[in-house]
Amino acid sequence: MDITEVPVNQDDRGKKKKNKKTKNKTLTEEGSGESSGAEKKEEKMEKSEAAAAFPPTFSVSEIKNKQRRHLMFMKLKQEKRMQKMQLKKKKKKEREALGDKAPPKEVPKTIENQRVYDETTVDPQDEEVAFDEGTDEFSAYFNGLTNPKVLITTSDRPRGRTVRFCEQLATVVPNAHVYYRRGLALKRIIPQCIARNFTYLLVINEDRKVPNGMVLCHLPDGPTAHFKVSNVRLRKEIKRRGKDPTEHSPEVILNNFTTRLGHSIGRMFAALFPQDPQFVGRQVATFHNQRDFIFFRFHRYIFKNEKKVGIQELGPRFTLKLRSLQKGTFDSKFGEYEWVLKRHEMDACRRKFQL
Amino acid sequence: MGDRSRLCSVWLGSETGILKGVSVSRKQAFNFCNTSHLSRDQEVRALCWGDPAESELLVGSVDGTVKTFSLEKGAFTETRRCGDPADGCFTGLAALGGSALLTCGECGTLRVWREDSGEPVTELDAGKNVCRMRQSPVHPHKVATGGKENGLKIWDLERPEKPVFTAKNLRDDWLDLRRPQWVKDMAFIPDSDKVVTCTGYHQVHVFDPSSPQRRPVLEAEFGEYPLTALSLPAAGNAVVVGNTHGQIATLDLRKGLVRSCLKGLAGGVRWLQCHPSQPVVASCGLDRFLRIHSLEDRKLQHRVYLKSRLNCLLLASRDLEDGGAATDGEGATQEVKEEEEEEDEVWDAMEQVEEKPKRKTTEEEEEEEPEKKSKKKRKKGRD
Repeated sequence: MDITEVPVNQDDRGKKKKNKKTKNKTLTEEGSGESSGAEKKEEKMEKSEAAAAFPPTFSVSEIKNKQRRHLMFMKLKQEKRMQKMQLKKKKKKEREALGDKAPPKEVPKTIENQRVYDETTVDPQDEEVAFDEGTDEFSAYFNGLTNPKVLITTSDRPRGRTVRFCEQLATVVPNAHVYYRRGLALKRIIPQCIARNFTYLLVINEDRKVPNGMVLCHLPDGPTAHFKVSNVRLRKEIKRRGKDPTEHSPEVILNNFTTRLGHSIGRMFAALFPQDPQFVGRQVATFHNQRDFIFFRFHRYIFKNEKKVGIQELGPRFTLKLRSLQKGTFDSKFGEYEWVLKRHEMDACRRKFQL
Repeated sequence: MGDRSRLCSVWLGSETGILKGVSVSRKQAFNFCNTSHLSRDQEVRALCWGDPAESELLVGSVDGTVKTFSLEKGAFTETRRCGDPADGCFTGLAALGGSALLTCGECGTLRVWREDSGEPVTELDAGKNVCRMRQSPVHPHKVATGGKENGLKIWDLERPEKPVFTAKNLRDDWLDLRRPQWVKDMAFIPDSDKVVTCTGYHQVHVFDPSSPQRRPVLEAEFGEYPLTALSLPAAGNAVVVGNTHGQIATLDLRKGLVRSCLKGLAGGVRWLQCHPSQPVVASCGLDRFLRIHSLEDRKLQHRVYLKSRLNCLLLASRDLEDGGAATDGEGATQEVKEEEEEEDEVWDAMEQVEEKPKRKTTEEEEEEEPEKKSKKKRKKGRD
């Protein structure tokens, strides 16, 4: 095939810095006479020329040369960004010009905004649910009859990180005792705990030297929740943290537990801490539920004046995701499950959450 | 109250003691409660129809009382004391003809009560830890019981000393260890003597009392979790089972294979019931929902949120979708008939228009007329 010299406007195609290199390349290749390569270049040049002349019908991905393609893409992004900025500026100007008559700002769509309405959302005035909660397994705690006493343990032979995590948890939760597991079966530990008046059994499961699971069992006959633990940050890994937490009972904040299942889990967390917090200690434990992930944070707060608060993060930080809630004490084989996470059924819709 | 209870085609008992009626066609749930204040003692453990006409419900609670609920009045009519709470919760409740009641507690005592006396007429000991007692739909005096380490026993109430059939445990396994047995639910297969049971060790057994073999005739397994509920669909040769993880499956009883799985439940299944005529199964459980699945295409047809954990359920024999539309339906059919009659009158009143025959003989003319009439009728049909 004849190699035609196409007048190349390479200034348009490449960035100004890279001009010389690309020019050289094309000239040498054309000179060598590899027809196929040159053909392609021809086509590209023709196409790009045509593109420059007519509205672009080509996409950046059709350029075979990686460097050039990258440059084109960067250029495209820049243009888009510029257009977006211009649009924003225009809108802002219009807004200011209208002043009070401006239409209200549009709320952007988020997954939390688009959440599918859950029919199990608890209505605060509902009598049946109130009765159900008033007489469930936590009623003894919420009526002030028992004080929480927590036993923290791990899976067998824990590694350093998990051990330190358990120690830190024991400082966060009042009246908590850490015991070494010694390979004992949970079903055997539970009657002994009940005999010694423990109200909670907390088992941190470890995998590859990192805590990854938690079993929280309410003791006399209460529900057992199994969580997946992720993103554990111990005290020394937390930046700008305060001094170690004191022995004062913290306040508890439970955010966004709206459905019936969320209520049960929220009550489970609430029953871990004593009912009367000591405000002198200015410590607060937060369980924040967002998109079915429960974020635990422990802070110390101080009111600078009536409107401003300063907070310092103490204590460990971790994220939980509920995997199953079982009625009765721990019995994974023969227990009845109140809720089980079935990933393929429940996680199919991105806007539907269970807690 | 009465009109609400007449609408309901599904009845459920909850852990809070409330009897719930659900009207599927109207997608409404109603709560029927005995006392103004609820208590956990009244937790409903067993539900059954009081009479074959399905106008009364018998509700058995944890504290040992059996209440009668009348569908006409929409209220509880009487309460009977049938056993102590110390005996354990009701594991089975059945009505024998003529206001006699049959109850069975967890401790194993099976009692027949008559309306007048406070003492049971007949008493049976079915062993310890009975999980379920069911009455045969064909022979009301035949009863099956089973429980943990308590195999299936079929009793005849007229001869209460010894069970008619005691099932033998399975053969020892390959390590020569005794197999544990835990019968959780059973059902009498219609048109035969056989009984199908489901166990806590995820097995389904079919026993045939008429055969000399006391071991199960068919053994099938499903899943890895205890099977808690069982029901027989109207079309034979199958059984629907549910387990503690919320998995419901249909098993074929000819070979013992899993035919289909019904999805949607998140919590353990407490009670399953198939509709007597429609291919539909209702399930309730610990996740506080009533779900109605279709057995043919395995799809979820209805799902109702009922705020308490549900223990047992009962389906009315009439059409599920029917509900209170019984009165409306009659009205509709009447209207249609009236309209049709009016139409017929109108057509008869009109003159018949005859087409002009084109050089045809008299015979053909005669043939044409009935043809025209039938054509007219066809047109009417199209309209």
